[in-house]
Amino acid sequence: MSNAPFSLQGRVALVTGGTGAIGSAIVAEFLSAGAQVAFTGRRPELQVPSEVDGGVYLRGDSREDGAVKAAVAEVVARFGRFDILVNNAGVARDALLLRTNDELWAEMMETNLRGVFLFCREATRHLLKAREAGRIINISSIVAERGNAGQAAYAASKAGILGLTRALARELGSRGITVNAVAPGFIDSPMTARSIDAQGRADLELEIPLRRMGRCEDVAHMVRFLASPEAGYVTGQVLRVNGGLQV
Amino acid sequence: MSKHEIASEDKIAARVIETIAAQLELSRKEVQPEATFTEDLKADSLAVMELLLALEDTFDVQASDEEIDQMRTVQDAVQFVERQLAS
Repeated sequence: MSNAPFSLQGRVALVTGGTGAIGSAIVAEFLSAGAQVAFTGRRPELQVPSEVDGGVYLRGDSREDGAVKAAVAEVVARFGRFDILVNNAGVARDALLLRTNDELWAEMMETNLRGVFLFCREATRHLLKAREAGRIINISSIVAERGNAGQAAYAASKAGILGLTRALARELGSRGITVNAVAPGFIDSPMTARSIDAQGRADLELEIPLRRMGRCEDVAHMVRFLASPEAGYVTGQVLRVNGGLQV
Repeated sequence: MSKHEIASEDKIAARVIETIAAQLELSRKEVQPEATFTEDLKADSLAVMELLLALEDTFDVQASDEEIDQMRTVQDAVQFVERQLAS
């Protein structure tokens, strides 16, 4: 084991949604920390499994139990262990409540909340063997706690992740497995760009004490910390990466 | 039941008991057939789940939710594995 701070040497991680802006930053961060990394995501043009930028790309649609099982099994078969699960896969579709139809609501719950549940359930059987190295890190959102007009379904799904995180932290704590959530604020990514126009962005930056939108790397650094041995006494927490927007 | 089948069942029971003892960090003597996991062997509910995972891995079997609910004693676990391997 390396003595470098926040090293993930010897650890095996799975990052869901690893092809998106924040997800790919987490994958890159974990690789630079020395972890062996597999990730799922939307790259239909790729064969699976395939080596991509040092990580292993898997198909693992988080809405399908069978695909989730197969992705976790592939990680264990390939690397022989499973230490760190990062549930990052998520989608955002905005609508005022009165325009939120059942299909939109179901899509948010399926991908953002049920997908996290499925990966947690499947990974836990392996994380129990990893003991003190076991980590679950769920990516929530600032809107889970703060709310946001036009994002009722998204906010509800991301708030559900916080309840799941806290319950699992209590359930798995006696085995040394930590379970935490990261709640990013407004991050400079295509997902945020779809929700905010240029004027909205300028207004928002004035509201943020650190006067800028977050970078994907800001989130990735926090995730790396939580995955590292140094965070072994942190569990059941929501770590907010938002430039002070919510204090 | 043939002598061969009896011998093989004894072997399975011994391996189940060995797995339980290792998983719950007990001596094999403590793992008596009539012992209950939660009361006698002091396993919490998560430890029982871990034990099941260990049995599933060791014997390449799969427990249903109903079977998990019914598994209270060491003998229950032995019979579960025997049933699964026979089917």
